[in-house]
Amino acid sequence: MSLVKLEHINKLYFLDSDLSFQALKDINVVIQKGEFVAIVGPSGSGKSTLMNIIGLLDQPSSGEYILDGLDISKLKENKLAQLRNKKIGFIFQSFNLLKRTKAIDNVALPLIYAGVGQSERLARAKKALEEVGLADKLNSLPNQLSGGQQQRVAIARALVTNPEILLADEPTGNLDSKTGEEILKLFKTLNKTGRTIILITHDHHIADNAKRKITLKDGEIS
Amino acid sequence: MDIRETLRLSLTAIITNRLRSALTILGIVIGVTSVILLVALVTGLKSYITGQISGLGSNLIYVIPGKIGGGRGPGGVQVNRLIPADAKNLKLQLSNEAEVSAVVQKVTKLQYLNKSDKDVTLAGVESNYPKIIQSTKITEGRFFTLSDAEAGKRVVVIGPTVKKNLFDGSSVIGKAIEVNNLKYTIIGVLGPRGSTFGVDFDNSALIPLSAAQKQFGIDKLNTIYVSANSPDKVKEVQAKITKILSKRLSEDDFTVQTQEQTLSTIASITSVLTLALGGIAAISLIVGGIGVMNIMLVSVTERTKEIGLRKALGARPQDIRNQFLVEALTLSGLGGIIGIILGASLSLIANQFITTVIPLWSVGLSFGFSMLIGVIFGVAPAIRAAQLDPIQALRYE
Repeated sequence: MSLVKLEHINKLYFLDSDLSFQALKDINVVIQKGEFVAIVGPSGSGKSTLMNIIGLLDQPSSGEYILDGLDISKLKENKLAQLRNKKIGFIFQSFNLLKRTKAIDNVALPLIYAGVGQSERLARAKKALEEVGLADKLNSLPNQLSGGQQQRVAIARALVTNPEILLADEPTGNLDSKTGEEILKLFKTLNKTGRTIILITHDHHIADNAKRKITLKDGEIS
Repeated sequence: MDIRETLRLSLTAIITNRLRSALTILGIVIGVTSVILLVALVTGLKSYITGQISGLGSNLIYVIPGKIGGGRGPGGVQVNRLIPADAKNLKLQLSNEAEVSAVVQKVTKLQYLNKSDKDVTLAGVESNYPKIIQSTKITEGRFFTLSDAEAGKRVVVIGPTVKKNLFDGSSVIGKAIEVNNLKYTIIGVLGPRGSTFGVDFDNSALIPLSAAQKQFGIDKLNTIYVSANSPDKVKEVQAKITKILSKRLSEDDFTVQTQEQTLSTIASITSVLTLALGGIAAISLIVGGIGVMNIMLVSVTERTKEIGLRKALGARPQDIRNQFLVEALTLSGLGGIIGIILGASLSLIANQFITTVIPLWSVGLSFGFSMLIGVIFGVAPAIRAAQLDPIQALRYE
């Protein structure tokens, strides 16, 4: 069964009463469990909009999105939040770690919203940090870590809920090329252990690390 | 997400931003402290005055010269027309229902050998005085009797302050003190009654009325105390006094007031004071609340990205709302608790100098009020935080 199924997805932004902008035009995408897919396109191609829709942060104007067998167009805000928590692991370009908060607590954050008890939260966060190779940085604050390490903490945070999809938005954008490669290597390793990864980038070289490329241009798949 | 997790999140946020939290709390702390302290002062004042007055005896009625509370403005100097014959008259006609005791008094200087005590309230009273003024306690010796008074003896019962000022701890009974070159033999010492606003009730001395009239050379009375034999007779006796005195005096010449009337006058004064001072303190609480709202709004803006992240990680709008609401409540509640502790401590310290009483309602009210302020001023920022669009919030720099 397909994990992500997008059918005839359109997204319109209304800039004015009679002026609209179509960010996505008739998008049809199917992603299977265990895939490593890159969505590539220049800025303004609609890749961020697509990522927000896949990540349940945004709703399409029309079309159908089936996530893990569930039609999300019928779901309410609270249910969407719950699905984001359970099924999606976000990785952002700017890491988005909480300042003045230890790595382990940053990683444990999504588990709070999953209703997991504190001791189990910390145990799982510790395991996730070990998985990304930061077993010795549990109690470090973000500003004590390098960029690459911070992104690893963010990846651990995405992994900790054991989601269906890792959704990475330009994950190497703020890193030097060497550190970026290490992060991409980590993605490959994670994919080998069965994780589904969707990588959003403008850079075709980075996208080449994925097993499949979906190229977006002007809101359309080309 | 349950309330324990929400509380933990809020506490973490408060501790992470220590300085900001402390400054936010400060407004509430000052507000609650001033409510507790001011109410404690006024309540203490009320209970002290009430205690002093009811200590005199609840059946007590005063007759004083002049008109008080007649609805006229301050009418200049009034001539005292109350004379011993009026007291005698009352005594005769109320003999079955009440005890009557006339008083003349003057502030004067007492002397013993080379020591002197200025500003002593020297009162000429009758021998039934201790029966009427129930707070009169004799700690040494005795009070003067009717026969002492009739024999025209110059005897005196002194207050504890007088004893302290004139004698150094030695026995005072039988010693003679001087008032304007006339000698009085000490036969007793009064127990302490305390002081209010610097007026020392213990810096006084009592002599027989007849001796006082000779001493001062006056034939006017300062007060006539009447004590009804039973509490339910007080009103009746009061009416009779007015009737008896009206035969000789006009209604502007005297005032008859019961203990109850005095107490209710004091109660109405202090309740106005409580309201006025409490109101001023409440304003500072509201200002503190606006401070909480200000900080919470700033905090929502400052943490926009964090809110977006939390939403992306699965926080529902109500999770975000509750976090900010609990944060505001915790801040104001914490401020309330610190304010109560501070206010109570200051009241206890003040109690060393003047009576303060902390009524439970002022603690409950100010804490409840500070929590209410937390809710009122916390709701707007919390709702604003909950409604942030996660995509916009994540992009916010």
